Amino acid sequence: MSGDSEEPTDNGDLPKQGLKGPRPEERPHPEGRRNSHGVRIDPEVEAEPRKRSAVISALVENEPGVLSRVSGLFSRRQFNIESLTVGPTTVDGHARITLVVEETDAGIDQVKKQLAKLKPAIAVGELGNDAVRAELVLLKVRGDEPDKVHAITQMYEGQTLDAGPRTITVQITGDQQKIDDAVDAFRQFGIIEIARTGQTALARGDTPTTPDEDPGHEAAANSSATEQQTTPQTTPTTDDD
Amino acid sequence: MSEPATPKADRAEENPDDPPADGAERDMSAEPSDEQPDDGADRAPVTTGAQSVVRALENAGVETAFGVQGGAIMPVYDALYDADVRHVTMAHEQGAAHAADAYGVVKGEPGVCLATSGPGATNLVTGIADANMDSDAVLALTGQVPSHMVGSDAFQETDTMGVTTPITKHNYFAGDADTVGDTVGEALSLAGAGRPGPTLVDLPKDTTLGETEREPGEGRLPDTYSPADEADEADVEAAARAFEAAERPVLLLGGGVVKGNACEAAREFAVEHGVPVVTTMPAIGAFPEDHDLSLSWAGMHGTGYANMAITHTDLLVAVGTRFDDRLTGGVDTFAPEAEVVHADIDPAEISKNVYADYPLVGDAGTVFEQLSEAVGSSPDTAAWREQCATWKDEYPMDYATPDDEPLKPQFVVEALDAATADDTIVTTGVGQHQMWAAQYWTYTSPRTWVSSHGLGTMGYGLPAAIGARLAADDDQQVVCVDGDGSFLMTLQELSVAVREELDITVAVLNNEYIGMVRQWQDAFFEGRRMAAGYDWCPQFDKLAEAFGAKGWTVDDYDEVADAVEEALAYDGPSVIDFHVDPGANVYPMVPSGGANGKFALTEDQL
Ligand SMILES: Cc1ncc(C[n+]2csc(CCOP(=O)(O)OP(=O)(O)O)c2C)c(N)n1
Ligand SMILES: [Mg+2]
Repeated sequence: MSGDSEEPTDNGDLPKQGLKGPRPEERPHPEGRRNSHGVRIDPEVEAEPRKRSAVISALVENEPGVLSRVSGLFSRRQFNIESLTVGPTTVDGHARITLVVEETDAGIDQVKKQLAKLKPAIAVGELGNDAVRAELVLLKVRGDEPDKVHAITQMYEGQTLDAGPRTITVQITGDQQKIDDAVDAFRQFGIIEIARTGQTALARGDTPTTPDEDPGHEAAANSSATEQQTTPQTTPTTDDD
Repeated sequence: MSEPATPKADRAEENPDDPPADGAERDMSAEPSDEQPDDGADRAPVTTGAQSVVRALENAGVETAFGVQGGAIMPVYDALYDADVRHVTMAHEQGAAHAADAYGVVKGEPGVCLATSGPGATNLVTGIADANMDSDAVLALTGQVPSHMVGSDAFQETDTMGVTTPITKHNYFAGDADTVGDTVGEALSLAGAGRPGPTLVDLPKDTTLGETEREPGEGRLPDTYSPADEADEADVEAAARAFEAAERPVLLLGGGVVKGNACEAAREFAVEHGVPVVTTMPAIGAFPEDHDLSLSWAGMHGTGYANMAITHTDLLVAVGTRFDDRLTGGVDTFAPEAEVVHADIDPAEISKNVYADYPLVGDAGTVFEQLSEAVGSSPDTAAWREQCATWKDEYPMDYATPDDEPLKPQFVVEALDAATADDTIVTTGVGQHQMWAAQYWTYTSPRTWVSSHGLGTMGYGLPAAIGARLAADDDQQVVCVDGDGSFLMTLQELSVAVREELDITVAVLNNEYIGMVRQWQDAFFEGRRMAAGYDWCPQFDKLAEAFGAKGWTVDDYDEVADAVEEALAYDGPSVIDFHVDPGANVYPMVPSGGANGKFALTEDQL
């Protein structure tokens, strides 16, 4: 960079160690600043960005290990995840993963893009506030006051799944707020065990849940209809052909 | 339960019928092939999964692969016996991965490495992680225990999928002999497509031994993978308007410009519009450093003028960079007055570390074409170029060479540069020597700088030189500028260079320290040089001779030129052990998280 010298140069004004030039405090420095997301800001005015909760839906190829790829991505990149649900769709080989994350807008953007980069990811989208969401909780409480337990279960439009002399297990479904309220309400009986599924969600109305998502129900309905027609009288359907 | 010692062989492929590694695998071991090698002219039909794997490599035009044999990968090696692929046995699988990586960098196509299951696969890991961080296209093929034994803690079983998922672009467990060739073809295509990266195919032995007649097709990209080529037109227009109006624009070229073969387009754009050019370290060589518009590279040890320019620019046109923290320093003070045009083929890099005012998702070459089309008038950069020229004068890279101090490493780098042709390929280890090799060698063409950036892997240099040598044109020279500590990590690969008669010159800038650590200890740990002294290294010239290479030791300025000349003239691997100033430090230096514009030029400024 400093010429192709064959012989050592004796340059008197150079420091013995290091380089010459104006010191840091002798240089001009721009006033501007960026925040932790690299956005230019006025530090006097703008606070650091806040986190919000977002529901993200990913349509994926249901290959072995896909869930560990997704969960590994979240831990590796320190994305805050509240819940993750997964299940097959009506399209063969597809699954839908629904994630609730707590991140800044920029963080949510990263979550979506990093998810979309996974090879099995077909489509990724964030659901709007009007999305249809539901969660299921199983609550095992003490069976000392069955009538009261029953009343509260009805209040939350739940079901009793198991009632014994010592414990009662009920199931409640609904949005997160309802589940939280129900759990609070059941506390009075002493909750022995609890299992929550985490939220799952679909976009409302005609809106596809992930962008450009093919309407899977039609494909599935059509193909299963033709299957049924072509194979009318076969006894229990097996998948192994 | 150790592997049997294999007789020394000149070429691994002359030696395919070693006994299976271990009695436990006897039932699954491949029968030694009776067939004569048919030098690949007429391709016999595929009969096994392993042959399908190798056929997929041949179909993709893979000429060279690097690896180490072992029980679980033996069927694939057996298929290589008859193949059109040159296999280079490396001393260590890490070397195989780095060699494949560098081979790919120089060739511009994916490099291929192979290893057996368990320790073979784990030895690849550093090289795969390195390729992942630097977006280098590498295909790794790993043997695996038979699928019915997977999960049983079988001999040499490692969860290679689990271990490599976080460090690959994608990995595959190939469970079917019929489709394994297609999987390998897909993995190879995926490694090189879009933003390149390493892919891995884990090959259980029953898959590779399994019978199949299916010929693999052409390697196809997965349906779910379709990187954008062109950036959105409206975004391009907006960026073009911002560019036309800029007063202090800087073109920041990242490694993606080299990978996208867009250096020519970048240069035309810069010259046409008179924009000063800064590169990142991985993009060294993307723009000729002897050009008037070149400010060399920016970041922690970048030039003062490059760091001044990216600090004071009002429009940063960044192409193919991921804004690594070694480039940005503290994000709060990074290009704090600049609007950012960020072009990248990976949408996830846009606004990941630095917010992009003008995001352009697309291929680097295409985006340059689009921008060139869209830009109507050049910005007026006369004053800004003047300013950049002033900074070049104010912050020269000149260093002192006092008589009473030992040989300066920077001098050695300059001497090597002067003695070699312009298209010489330089590989490095990691540390101070790497920075001097980057700073004091003038790079003028892409794919001549081959280093470990994102992972910073000591030991990368020598195996990378082997890979680079095999990928380079015959008349291109290959020099590995190494550190004593880095060289010590992979120098067993000298045996490969000797065996393969590779013309490589290793220049060890031997400061008897892991010098970069020593520099930080002196600056930030009160000079407590814990575990940094390396005066216990062997004599590298003698060691080179023991390997069958040629060796020199150089202590003084007046010995440098002769030793360099002799080593370069020697047709084979050579090692020059340059005993350089143990106290020399790398400057400029932006401390981690600091402001680029506040780079230190001497230790008291840190
Ligand atoms: C595999 C590995 N281990 C440790 C480090 C940490 N490290 C970074 S630079 C450096 C010093 C390297 O010493 P040497 O190769 O002699 O180069 P020098 O800095 O002396 O030129 C070390 C230990 C690393 N980068 N890679
Ligand atoms: Mg050293």
